[in-house]
Amino acid sequence: MNDYGAVSASVETVPVANSSDVVTARQMVRTLAQRTGLSLVHQTKLVTAASELGRNMLIHGGGGVVRATTVADGGRSGIFVEFQDQGPGIPDIELALTDGWTSGNGMGLGLSGAKRLVDEFEIESGSGGTTVRIVKWGR
Amino acid sequence: MTTEGNTQLLVETLVAQRDDFLAQWTSTVGEDLQGRLSKAELGHELSELYEAILGALTASGLDGRGEHFAETRSLLIELSRNRARRGFTSTETARSVFALKEVLEPSLAGDEQGAQAYLQFARLLDDLGLLTTEAYIRTREEIISSQAEQLLELATPVVKLWDGVVGVPLVGTLDSARTQVVMEKLLQTLVDTNSTHAIIDITGVPTVDTQVAQHLLKTVVAARMMGAQCTISGIRPQIAQTIVALGIEFGDIPTNASLSDALRQALKEVALDADDDVRGLL
Ligand SMILES: Nc1ncnc2c1ncn2[C@@H]1O[C@H](COP(=O)(O)OP(=O)(O)OP(=O)(O)O)[C@@H](O)[C@H]1O
Ligand SMILES: [Mg+2]
Repeated sequence: MNDYGAVSASVETVPVANSSDVVTARQMVRTLAQRTGLSLVHQTKLVTAASELGRNMLIHGGGGVVRATTVADGGRSGIFVEFQDQGPGIPDIELALTDGWTSGNGMGLGLSGAKRLVDEFEIESGSGGTTVRIVKWGR
Repeated sequence: MTTEGNTQLLVETLVAQRDDFLAQWTSTVGEDLQGRLSKAELGHELSELYEAILGALTASGLDGRGEHFAETRSLLIELSRNRARRGFTSTETARSVFALKEVLEPSLAGDEQGAQAYLQFARLLDDLGLLTTEAYIRTREEIISSQAEQLLELATPVVKLWDGVVGVPLVGTLDSARTQVVMEKLLQTLVDTNSTHAIIDITGVPTVDTQVAQHLLKTVVAARMMGAQCTISGIRPQIAQTIVALGIEFGDIPTNASLSDALRQALKEVALDADDDVRGLL
């Protein structure tokens, strides 16, 4: 994945410390997606992915920051979103990405489902925390 | 000059000029509140407070946190709660206490002992003023959280759509607290209306993620345990695609694109049930 966060001029930031912050982050992503002209289906998929990753950050990572920005690449435009927490990290990413696997009492579909909902998906995790980056492209 | 001496001077002054001070205090505060509180009510409030402060001063001196000020503190808390409920600001509330300083200043500030006594009294009133702010904020927080609860109730109506069929039009975000309210209301309405079918409509839910799905499933399971059939309607095309991509399965729960389709289906089933009942009687 390109380093979209670094090249972009205006990055929207939402700190997430409780569940209403997740809603705020979701709304921020939705507004960006609408402004960028993503179709309704693309918007809905992106916002739902953001909802999953934002909530994972809150529940499993103890809260963090969501950053989003518009990106362009060879005539197409899209949305880049980064979710960063300083939580315990994911010991086994492959396992965490397995449909139905959860360490708590969720459905275990958030992480793997979010990956299917977007075009680019990148995850970095260690004892210092977890960072997930996604991109959803318009047509 | 000793603290006891100052206290004694304060008590003497407050007793000697009681009527004057009270009148001035009431009129200063009354001006500040611009007549939004009746003069009689304000006068009563402030004279009660005046007596309580005077009593505590006489008994134990200037320690506003001491036990002799318990009555003063509870009067102030009551006053603050009242003001908060009636829409006064926290500044206006605290100024009701601070105004007594202005009233006393001219009588005390003339000589050195009076000035000392005045400063100590002012510190006491500062303490008491802060107390009103605390009580004011606590009351406002109570009001806000009870309004949030009322809103939750309002935002989750459960309606009888037809004989035997109830509907739950969900609007907004479905979090755990909301799910609990929806579930309880749905189950109660099923019993109250003697219904066998429930339709949960999610047209107004902007995002259906795993959390919302899990809450919906929980609600359906609860309704089923009461013997009711449950349908989820209002699944818009973009939501349907997203649910599928997420990998959520609604299992054997019937779903419909629109509420009217779901209602038509439910009515058919209610009619079939009625036929069965008739046959059972024969
Ligand atoms: N930011 C994170 N920090 C630490 N662990 C995480 C993080 N995100 C995900 N995980 C781990 O990955 C697992 C799978 O995540 P996933 O979102 O798929 O399921 P879930 O959150 O448990 O349930 P749900 O289906 O409701 O999202 C989690 O149970 C958790 O153990
Ligand atoms: Mg999750």
